[in-house]
Amino acid sequence: MPIAIAFDSGGNAATEPWIKAAKPTYPCLIDRRHIVAELYDMVNVPTAVWIDERGRIVRPSEPAGVTDAFRKMNHTDFSIPADAMAELQAKRKAYQDALRDWVANGSKSRFALSETEVLKRMHTPDDAQVRAAANFRLGEYLFEKGHAESAKKYFEEAKRLRPESWNYKRQAWALEDPMKAGGPEFWAAVDSLGEEKYYPGAEDI
Amino acid sequence: MAIDIIYGERVSAGVDKDAVGGGLWLSGDDLKRVSGWEFKPQGFCKGDVCVPVPDARKHEFVAGRRYNLAALANLLGQPVVTDEEHHAWCFGEAAAERKRMLTSLDAPDFTLPDLDGKMHSLSDYRGKKVFVVSWASW
Repeated sequence: MPIAIAFDSGGNAATEPWIKAAKPTYPCLIDRRHIVAELYDMVNVPTAVWIDERGRIVRPSEPAGVTDAFRKMNHTDFSIPADAMAELQAKRKAYQDALRDWVANGSKSRFALSETEVLKRMHTPDDAQVRAAANFRLGEYLFEKGHAESAKKYFEEAKRLRPESWNYKRQAWALEDPMKAGGPEFWAAVDSLGEEKYYPGAEDI
Repeated sequence: MAIDIIYGERVSAGVDKDAVGGGLWLSGDDLKRVSGWEFKPQGFCKGDVCVPVPDARKHEFVAGRRYNLAALANLLGQPVVTDEEHHAWCFGEAAAERKRMLTSLDAPDFTLPDLDGKMHSLSDYRGKKVFVVSWASW
């Protein structure tokens, strides 16, 4: 059963057109406060976790069928060179094949990881991370109450404490201006990663 | 003074806060309503869990029939963020508790609405494989 979670402080207004267009046959839930991101340590989208029939995590959060190849996208007309497109499509297919293999074979699938491997791949929650989450939560609360200016300070603090979270960066930009999360500021931040990955862990499938 | 308290997923508006001194001093009833914690002879308790308060430091936590939720958060390692202008206090989860939950490998439960406001919990789907995948409009 797929469960899609929208990390969207904009709520229904922001997500409805996308969900309606997708005509989903599975639950599409709206997570204004990014609760699932906090619980499962997700710092980007799309990120996925695989959970077995007993409620056990068999793959911790990881990029879901995407790679850094998207960075070759033209920043103004959003066109993607053929080689990057081929890489993106291959990654997407490999990930979908892995998911289907797990659905068919369960714990016998080589993509259902051992507990040791799941733990090895997990990032361990630390103080900066929970403090970032509390700041984000307060920012989101103030924003929801109509105090957008006051909220900024807490979003900034969340971003400072958790620089690896693209969710915090892009959500805060989107609340200022829906176009900003994919605009020049976004591309400048992506470019400043240099050799660092935007989707670390994508190489695991 | 009336303040708003965000405690994990619980939000309590207009809670009566003692104006005197530092910390966040609440009545026993408010303490329980806001946070789920109660003060008992053995310490602060929630469900089966009790956290003892060192005798020498009891005054930091209890004064008459008022209880300091900020001091308790500090004892538990929870982050606390406050906004003075809008009288809002936000209590997060302690890193140790997050770590314990995540490394147990039992998928943490959550309850969220769909577009129609219908609530769904991860635990509703126990017995099935679940693929939890995030996206965003931005």
